[in-house]
Amino acid sequence: MTDWRSEARLRDDRIAAGRAQADGKVVPATRAVDLLEAVLRPGDRVCLEGDNQKQADCLARALAACDPGKVHDLHMVQSGIVLPEHLDVFETGIARRLDYSYSGPQGGRIARMLYGGQIELGAVHTYLELFARYFVDLTPNVALIAGVSADREGNLYTGPNTEDTPTVVEATAFKNGVVIAQVNAIVDKVPRVDIPGDRIDFVVAADKPFYVEPLFTRDPAAMTETQVLMAMMAIKGIYAEYGIRRLNHGIGFGTAAIELLLPTYGERLGLKGRIATHWALNPHPTLIPAIESGWVQQVHCFGSEVGMDRYIRERPDIFFTGRDGSLRSNRAFCQTAGLYACDLFIGSTLQIDLSGHSSTVTQNRVAGFGGAPNMGSDPHGRRHPSDTWMKAGREAQITGDPMLMRGRKLVVQLVETFGDKLVPTFVERLDAMELAKKTGLELAPVMIYADDVTHIVTEEGIANLLLCRDADEREQAIRGVAGYTEIGRGRDRAKVEDLRARGIVRRPEDLGIEPLDADRALLAAKSIKDLVHWSGGLYEPPAKFRNW
Amino acid sequence: MESLTFRHTTAKPLAGTVPSTITGVVASGNLEVLLERVLPPDTCEVAIETPIAGYGPVWEAVVADFVARAQPGGIRISINDGGARPDTVSLRLLQGARLMEA
Repeated sequence: MTDWRSEARLRDDRIAAGRAQADGKVVPATRAVDLLEAVLRPGDRVCLEGDNQKQADCLARALAACDPGKVHDLHMVQSGIVLPEHLDVFETGIARRLDYSYSGPQGGRIARMLYGGQIELGAVHTYLELFARYFVDLTPNVALIAGVSADREGNLYTGPNTEDTPTVVEATAFKNGVVIAQVNAIVDKVPRVDIPGDRIDFVVAADKPFYVEPLFTRDPAAMTETQVLMAMMAIKGIYAEYGIRRLNHGIGFGTAAIELLLPTYGERLGLKGRIATHWALNPHPTLIPAIESGWVQQVHCFGSEVGMDRYIRERPDIFFTGRDGSLRSNRAFCQTAGLYACDLFIGSTLQIDLSGHSSTVTQNRVAGFGGAPNMGSDPHGRRHPSDTWMKAGREAQITGDPMLMRGRKLVVQLVETFGDKLVPTFVERLDAMELAKKTGLELAPVMIYADDVTHIVTEEGIANLLLCRDADEREQAIRGVAGYTEIGRGRDRAKVEDLRARGIVRRPEDLGIEPLDADRALLAAKSIKDLVHWSGGLYEPPAKFRNW
Repeated sequence: MESLTFRHTTAKPLAGTVPSTITGVVASGNLEVLLERVLPPDTCEVAIETPIAGYGPVWEAVVADFVARAQPGGIRISINDGGARPDTVSLRLLQGARLMEA
């Protein structure tokens, strides 16, 4: 007889073992290690919730403190490798295999461990791709997640930083897995139910509130004239020309400068209401002046941002909020929104090669992908037209009947030609290729593939790659905006001038922008304190951004 | 510390009559540029003091583009570099030329 319920029985066994450490569903932080040792089995697939913002850090510490004799060879399937404990477990043998997306702060250590063979790497994913695999071939046996509060039934309030939690719980709870949530507080009644209690098996009362990284705060005081110039070019040369209303921004200073230029430079160009009205974006503090000036109609968020909660509560017409008033974010839905419902993604990168492939991997850092390659790609499943999408599609050359054309999503790389310490952004060959070779990866970790990139904006100008008709034109267009890097100085000047005559390469002066007008005075806010003023005192910046 | 000097012939003198000006600051990633109207009207000289050696060809290219664009005849330019990126150098040079034309 076929046994159709073996997973369910195993799940019941795990829960029964865990109950011995719990009072109902509730487990004190001091018993967290015992709980994990009771529930986990060698070789389990485990999602330890590490998003790019909030961290199930109490459970991460507990997992790292487990006895490797009892808990070992786990297969970690989690979006963020952010805390030291996320990698400690690979050193002790508690974990062996890893599938993940993002490893910002641990990028250097993960690279060393990959080279040293301490981690058996499955693949580096985009968020949406990893979430998809949770439902197909990487379904967790056990999920360790983080919430703000829970009642004794396990009803969970995830608060403004809901992020990945609903997705992780959905995949685990409905496929015979066990869900353990750490919460900052056990309460009689949660402010709103983000995850119903019957999907949560155990609630650990954490020893301290979960950690959240303020990843999306950019201090206007650090913005340079060059970034202001590039923001002017992007607004006038791309946002205005394509009439971009639905968009996503990366997290760099360049895009933050665009946000701060909307109510000043954008206003002067008469673009209010015509561009940048609907966003898939975290609540960037630098978007406050545009919101307050009436530019923004609505914003859906992947997560929240430290210090923005009060402001968001007072602007429910703009943000998605619960009946309790606080932000409801959801990374999977927002990534989907960024993929299918936005006409533009614009972000920065560390290296771009001569065809336009880009990567944030350098030889000693593997930062992972996060969401950029998802939002920074042209979705072939899209069917609804928009003027922006159709215009870009026409520029990419229509062949055959126009009724059968696809539009194109605009994918813009906004980069300064030199990065920190005069490291050139433009290169012959991506470091990602060397890393792939050294670590035996089949694919080089490319952030955005060349065939998805439509424009490159640098301080020297805009290259429109949609209009390039062959590989040589493409290379010269890229060289033509690569400034004084070796790639830039290696340009064929005559060919670049020809591309300029055809509008494929455009200089600031071709756009009617005088580089000397690129002044910090154009920034709607010049400091974090200005942002607080714009918000009417509702934005409460974290201590590290307070210098007054 | 590396010292570099570039001399160029220009088609015309820089407009305006301002005898000298200074722009920028010596700070990390920035630079200070002193411009003086002391040379023959078809000559421009740019003297650079930079803490980062090995960028001669980049400086040469930045200065050549600036001269072609601004035609700063008659101007001696002294740069105190703080490790600025080429685009910042370019911007400061153009800012300096504009101040001299005022």
